[in-house]
Amino acid sequence: MSLDVLDRPISALAGAGADGDAEQMLVTLLLASQLCGIPVLAVRDVLGEQTIARIPLAPAEVAGSLNLRGRIVTAIDLRRRLRLPPAPEGTRRMSVVTEQGGELYALLVDQVSEVMTLRAAAFEPVPPTLPAEWAAHSAGIYRLDGRLLVVLDVARLLALGGAG
Amino acid sequence: MDDLLADFLTETGESLADLDLALVRLERTPDDAETLSLIFRHVHTVKGTCGFLGLARLEGVAHAAEHVLVRLRDRQLAVTPSVVSAVLAAIDRIKAIVSGIAATGSEPAGDDAPVIAALAAAAEGRAPAAPRPASAEPAEAAPPAEPAAGEPAATTQTIRVAVDVLEDLMTLVGELVLTRNQLLQLVRGQGESALSVPLQRLSQITSDLQEGVMKTRMQPIGGAWNKLPRLVRDLAHELDKKIDLVMHGAETELDRQVLELIKDPLTHMVRNAADHGLEAAAERRAAGKPESGRITLRAFHEGGHVVIQIEDDGRGLPVDKIRTKALARGLASEAELAAMAEAQVLRFIFRPGFSTAAEVTAVSGRGVGMDVVKTNIERIGGTIDLDNHPGHGSGFSIKIPLTLAIASALIVQAGDERFAIPQLAVVELVHAGSGAEASSDARIDHIEGTPVLRLRERLMPLVSLRRLLDMDATEAPPAAHYVVVVQVGTARLGIIVDAVFDTEEIVVKPVAPVLRHVTMFSGNTILGDGSVIMILDPNGIARASGLVGAEVRPGERRETAALLPAAQRRTALLLFRAGGDGKLAVPLNLVARIEHIPAERIEMSGGRPVTQYRGRLMPLVPLTGAVDTERAEQAVLVFADTEQSLGRDRCMGLVVDEILDVADEVLRVELSGARPGLLGSAVIAGRATDVIDTAHWLREAHGDWFAAATGQGPRVLLVDDSEFFRGLLLPVLVAAGFDAIGAAGAAEALRLRDAGHRIDAIVSDIAMPEMDGIALVRRLREGGAWAHLPVIALSARAGAEEVEAGRQAGFTDYVAKSDRDALLASLRQCLSHATA
Repeated sequence: MSLDVLDRPISALAGAGADGDAEQMLVTLLLASQLCGIPVLAVRDVLGEQTIARIPLAPAEVAGSLNLRGRIVTAIDLRRRLRLPPAPEGTRRMSVVTEQGGELYALLVDQVSEVMTLRAAAFEPVPPTLPAEWAAHSAGIYRLDGRLLVVLDVARLLALGGAG
Repeated sequence: MDDLLADFLTETGESLADLDLALVRLERTPDDAETLSLIFRHVHTVKGTCGFLGLARLEGVAHAAEHVLVRLRDRQLAVTPSVVSAVLAAIDRIKAIVSGIAATGSEPAGDDAPVIAALAAAAEGRAPAAPRPASAEPAEAAPPAEPAAGEPAATTQTIRVAVDVLEDLMTLVGELVLTRNQLLQLVRGQGESALSVPLQRLSQITSDLQEGVMKTRMQPIGGAWNKLPRLVRDLAHELDKKIDLVMHGAETELDRQVLELIKDPLTHMVRNAADHGLEAAAERRAAGKPESGRITLRAFHEGGHVVIQIEDDGRGLPVDKIRTKALARGLASEAELAAMAEAQVLRFIFRPGFSTAAEVTAVSGRGVGMDVVKTNIERIGGTIDLDNHPGHGSGFSIKIPLTLAIASALIVQAGDERFAIPQLAVVELVHAGSGAEASSDARIDHIEGTPVLRLRERLMPLVSLRRLLDMDATEAPPAAHYVVVVQVGTARLGIIVDAVFDTEEIVVKPVAPVLRHVTMFSGNTILGDGSVIMILDPNGIARASGLVGAEVRPGERRETAALLPAAQRRTALLLFRAGGDGKLAVPLNLVARIEHIPAERIEMSGGRPVTQYRGRLMPLVPLTGAVDTERAEQAVLVFADTEQSLGRDRCMGLVVDEILDVADEVLRVELSGARPGLLGSAVIAGRATDVIDTAHWLREAHGDWFAAATGQGPRVLLVDDSEFFRGLLLPVLVAAGFDAIGAAGAAEALRLRDAGHRIDAIVSDIAMPEMDGIALVRRLREGGAWAHLPVIALSARAGAEEVEAGRQAGFTDYVAKSDRDALLASLRQCLSHATA
């Protein structure tokens, strides 16, 4: 189900040239001061700082697991996933909960901000100049006033070690 | 009444209730094609099923009604009240007959001709020949009197509930268990409170409810297997092969939904095994195998999973053919294939459209194959692995998670994290010290950095949970440890943890797919305090630490005992040095203890070195010929033979220079016998190592160590293809007072029998080339002088299923190969029964 949701913006945007007024709603978030977005339909929950239990032997990107109202959620550290430097000590990190294949994942980010509705006309494919880690995990970018918003591809973010 | 009939009655009862409604609806809206097709389907199903069950009256009525419905559906007949009445009359009649069956188990007698005639008339568009009520009632008068009483019984036995409802109930119960746990945790901290009693009651009810709800969804896997014997029989016939189907663990329960989903993959795999795996009788004879091929199905619970294994003893998977085919299909280049391990190559069979059958037979090889099986299994969160022994057979192992299982677990801590260990696997908890101050009952020794636990005179392999999980191990190890002793297959293993808490009921939840590769965990759970912890998989731990060779992870050359020649099994060996630079080895399970004895405690008695050990004198035998008096301390391997029943309690210390290591190796001993005291040499850890002949040194210490045996005592025949194991076990048997002789295989054993040798008991290995232990015992039981002897099976694996299979074949008992004491106890018991 979540896969459909994730695919939708991209296919909707493919047809954007034709009708020109397709819109996409994104939950925006910050990762090492880079503005990013995740399709709002893919987001199940937004959480404040959580107690996360470490999982030994897990891939480095897996921060651990947490209890969300009786369900076990695997937390993925997006900074590590995108090979960004670790967050400064004492940062209260937030997470965005998403679902894939019936499993819940919490994507750990620096900060979650507003929901933006963006016109497809401003959407562009991933520029080749984007750092490789970013390029591999984004669906494209939006040009906003004076800054860029990277649309994250949740399915690819969760494809850890080929297992996802 | 048989199950089939009961199912039929339940199902038909529901259809009939629907039919009444639908027919009335049809009468009001004659053009409703959907209702019409619903009616048609129901009647058609009834007709089909009762034909199958041999219910002639029902079939006749249903057939006639169906005929009318076909014409209605094809619009050759208009829906008129008289037509509907005729069909309703038929439904009434069917109901009457069905309730008759429910009451008596068979069709009541009666004449349906008027009903059928009315239907035939209706089908032709004529008005019913006789007025319907008049024709139906008198005929019905006879049967209904009886069924009226039986009817309620037929309708209230079972009800159908949508799986969704059960699924929701299950989720709710899971939440309830967690909440109950939280409550218990809260109250536990407060001592005695008014809440304690009602909470205890709540707790009990929750457990009962949980069990009840679990039961509603669980079904024995036998349900998915019961069609297989017939399938295999037909296949054997069709393919002109002889095939035995062996099923173990049919009572293993698993989720109904999961059961449905694995039915087809299982059938497919059994079909494959019969078609591709097993050879024709002539080919099997040529390969020196029994004519009948065997397909073995096994099911058992393992942690939070159900494991299903399908094995055949056929020709194995053709690795070369798979390689060629992968190349031909462009799945990999020649260079890639060359670099691939065999296990990787084998996994090509899970690719879509990959079939190696040279010709497409009716049975399999139609291109819908293992890829579909794999997809179906992965869809329910399972994994599939295969192993292959060319010439000996191949096997598949499916591991399916129980979607929601609740289990009791021991909560332990390592580093800063807590973990759950399934209570089922935990044998005992030991508080073990190390160093001099430790109690002698349980202490931890280190052999070259490898910890071993000495527990009640036995050495047990140990793993540190912290080290295993790559957690910070830099901290100095504490003087005392908690050791959780777990049972993995037939082996025991100690897990060192930092702290032990309570046992807790946990809801086993499968781990996220990104963590599936971490085999150390079987799931995760939420504790009473709301924290998330991982559930340890003792099997995974044993495999990861390489301590249990026989239980290697399926897929990476799992060494199925039944398929494996003895020469490939792993043995734990103690490596040491004594004189010279060469390494020496002795099987760890023969060594009772390792001691370091101070030089001043070594005395001479009668010209031989002895020491006071545990209140008596223990002879010391220096491997080098003399005790090096310069040393402050002597490393001594203690061999003990404590047999209270025989009044024997003696021990011997083998003096060596230095204990080196413990290795787990496939032992292939090149027997030499050139030097007394050495059994031969083997390559261990990449170096040539001499393996000592324990029997020789025991004799050195006590000239009479084996004396009790000579000529007296019951005569035991040990059948094992491995010369090494015979060399190992014969002295043990002799030492225990048996007159033991060896045979190198089933054929030799049978020759001894035919030559008229007198034997009191037989101990036989299971996995042997040419004729295995199972076949041997079957042959023995067929007749001859040894037909009634006790025969004890010896195997690296002794799971409940293996034991049962062994017993069915005719074994008197089943003992794990490494368990010397169990073997001796079993032998004594068998012999006392035999003589009594």
